Amino acid sequence: MPTAINNPLALVAELTHRCPLHCVYCSNPLELQSRSNELSTEIWSGVFKEAAAAGVLQADFTGGEPLARPDIVDLVRNARSAGLYVSLITSGLPLDEAKLEALVQAGLDHFQLSFQGAREETANDISGTKSQQHKLRVLQWLKRYRIGLTLNFVIHRRNIDELEEMLAIVEDSGAGCVEFASVQYYGWAFANRDKLLPTRQQLDRCVKLLHRAEEHLSGKTRIVFVVPDYYAKFPKPCVGGWGRKLMLITPSGDALPCHAAPVIPGLKFANVKNRSLREIWEHSEAFQKFRGEDWMQEPCKSCDRRAQDFGGCRCQAMLLTGDANATDPVCSLAPQRPKVDAVLAKTNDGRTAGAELASPVVISADKINWLYRPNPA
Amino acid sequence: MSVDLNSRPRLAAGCRMGENNKQRVLLMPERALRLNGPSLEIVSRCDGKYTVAQIIGELQLLYSKAEPHKVEQDILGYLELLQKERALDFDV
Repeated sequence: MPTAINNPLALVAELTHRCPLHCVYCSNPLELQSRSNELSTEIWSGVFKEAAAAGVLQADFTGGEPLARPDIVDLVRNARSAGLYVSLITSGLPLDEAKLEALVQAGLDHFQLSFQGAREETANDISGTKSQQHKLRVLQWLKRYRIGLTLNFVIHRRNIDELEEMLAIVEDSGAGCVEFASVQYYGWAFANRDKLLPTRQQLDRCVKLLHRAEEHLSGKTRIVFVVPDYYAKFPKPCVGGWGRKLMLITPSGDALPCHAAPVIPGLKFANVKNRSLREIWEHSEAFQKFRGEDWMQEPCKSCDRRAQDFGGCRCQAMLLTGDANATDPVCSLAPQRPKVDAVLAKTNDGRTAGAELASPVVISADKINWLYRPNPA
Repeated sequence: MSVDLNSRPRLAAGCRMGENNKQRVLLMPERALRLNGPSLEIVSRCDGKYTVAQIIGELQLLYSKAEPHKVEQDILGYLELLQKERALDFDV
């Protein structure tokens, strides 16, 4: 336990699990919350006030699809007037010009539009919906407004070879930031991992292209690349460290240190309907669980990097080793790293991977047995 | 990329000033930057009205004990960094 607990800085508000898309790597849990369990406008608005009072700077509205909430404009207005910087992380699908205008008027600071690919057939296959044309229309509407714009391309084996076309969409949009976020393997993505993990050759090409694009777009668009951490030498500093920066509130009001935290058995989550946000942050069992360094095992415990990456991701340790206290097995120093190497070996195994690279178009999408996420009741 | 002395920097789309625990911050998409001392003096003048040269002039007066050329170099470096981070646009 550290002697002083810092303020939370970001509130991730998972407003709903409902979504018109069915992405095969969705970060929502396999058990989706139904509409009847969602928090009311009033409760959310109270949460925003408590968050601002606790020192939170930013509210990230996400889901599911946050625009599926009929009160989304009120939620944006109330979060903004509570003093928060408001981001909307959206597929853009249930959006029309009037709704966009209303969101901007309500004080929306930043619009983050997700993309499933550059090509229509790829995007539609991954999202299980016809979505690409509408997203491109939304980008045109956004040009009327001076608000922050980030494009988020979720990348993986099936679309990473479309990078040049993705960059063309970015350049035309005039976005201040683009994220090329490699799928991280939890929830639905974990279930579909074998079909999503890129090959090393694909990844190398991607990194090279992004270095070039970074120079070309410098001063116009900032490029953020999230690596597929199975290929990394050291783990990601997941959520900026457990209970150090961020709180996530689920559609029904549970407060989580990380969206994947429910995979850790026995962890109990406090709910914003019963306890104040500050109390949850400072004292709840879930936020205390991996705060500081007391929980660490070797090699983390004595590692020079422990204050940089905090031992990596607790949920990934749980998923891959069955022990949430273990060193994140993507770490090259982790005793369980061979488990990750075995997955990589399978992905990069000779002919399958090579054949895909030579002619990615030959992979017939309809032959892939995706596990699509459904829409909750 | 170099900063033009006659251009007028202003906060880029999606960036605005805010406050946290009585500390001024620059709020940006997904990030926030703590501002204090010289960084606050610089950013609070990035309003589309001051030219870069004017900002340098005022800060050289404000920090008159520092070597003027060093003040100029520091400001140019900081503005360039903020542009790269997409916190500033420069009107010409």
